[in-house]
Amino acid sequence: MCTTCGCANSQLLINGRKPRASASSMPLHFRPPVSNQNIIKLNQIDKNVLPPPSLPARRLRLEHDLLAKNDQLAAANRQQYAAQHITALNLVSSPGSGKTTLLVKTIESLRNEMPIVVIEGDQQTELDAKRIRAAGAPAVQINTGKGCHLDAAMVAQAMQQLQLQTHSLLLIENVGNLVCPAAFDLGEAYKVVILSVTEGEDKPLKYPDMFRAADVMLLNKCDLLPYIEFDAELAIRYALQINPALKVFSISATRGNGMPDWLDWLRSLCAQTVAS
Amino acid sequence: MHEMSLMENVRQIIEDAAAEQQFSRVKTIWLELGELSCAEPEAMRFCFDVVMQHSIAQQARLEIVRTPGSGWCANCSRTVTISALYEPCPACGNHAINITGGDAMRVRELEVE
Repeated sequence: MCTTCGCANSQLLINGRKPRASASSMPLHFRPPVSNQNIIKLNQIDKNVLPPPSLPARRLRLEHDLLAKNDQLAAANRQQYAAQHITALNLVSSPGSGKTTLLVKTIESLRNEMPIVVIEGDQQTELDAKRIRAAGAPAVQINTGKGCHLDAAMVAQAMQQLQLQTHSLLLIENVGNLVCPAAFDLGEAYKVVILSVTEGEDKPLKYPDMFRAADVMLLNKCDLLPYIEFDAELAIRYALQINPALKVFSISATRGNGMPDWLDWLRSLCAQTVAS
Repeated sequence: MHEMSLMENVRQIIEDAAAEQQFSRVKTIWLELGELSCAEPEAMRFCFDVVMQHSIAQQARLEIVRTPGSGWCANCSRTVTISALYEPCPACGNHAINITGGDAMRVRELEVE
């Protein structure tokens, strides 16, 4: 959070630069003008105009959802995806679960079948975007500074820098964090949570918000199962306990186990979006 | 900590309301946080003091209203009360509870002048 006014975006960088303020996002350091009806400058007093009486305390019913603004911006993103038949996925997980490796392998497998673009979210560095570009896909890096998640406004700003082609697959890699990104809709078709077998099978119970918000779970690094104490069946059971509708794939992005099922699911999802 | 972003949204909601409804000071904020929502009341309180500095709500009192979690148990065909997302139905032990209430986060009401 910036120390000028408390806005969250002071350290936000997109491809290393401060984003331009756009109509779709809240301007930095924005504060609406304070009503000056009670401020009278001495040299401007018109003797015929009395200062307005101070208003008594009153109660206002608002019922205003805290995430309404983000949800509106996410809906605008979603409309853009629909207009261009773009399939957007929001990938969320703890740091180190293998998200970027999964993206690299996915891009290498599908890049000749469809246009793929990536939005990378990290607090600092362009390292992930460089890996994605090396794999053959255009990538925009969002650095959130101290921010712990992406929001719909950041994604809208990043999209302005990507020449999104019709029928693209847009993969949004969120900041590695199993808590905060759960609440912020980015306009994606599906939220995909990645859980790696080195993390502990009780993660879904410990971080239920994320597993409830997700539509798909990828259990990654399954090639390590013979070497570690991790009960994959129990992890999946816990995840389904939180979210019975969760679709689960067991994979190893590094070794390729289970990847054909994930890639086929992506192909059929993109085909549905193109046909819609 | 996403509570910081959420509290910044509270400030924005208040400032938008001030511009529309002509008030210059907020005395009390009633903030609804459902028991199944993704925000921690204590973390929200911590962020409140920081975020509201130099705003029209700097001196405001924060009242957090907790609403109980509820869900529909398809097994029992009735609404049940739960206090956490992973809790099973208290009657039958079924885990497939469809959350129907207690996950809201909203500014309910303001006392202003």
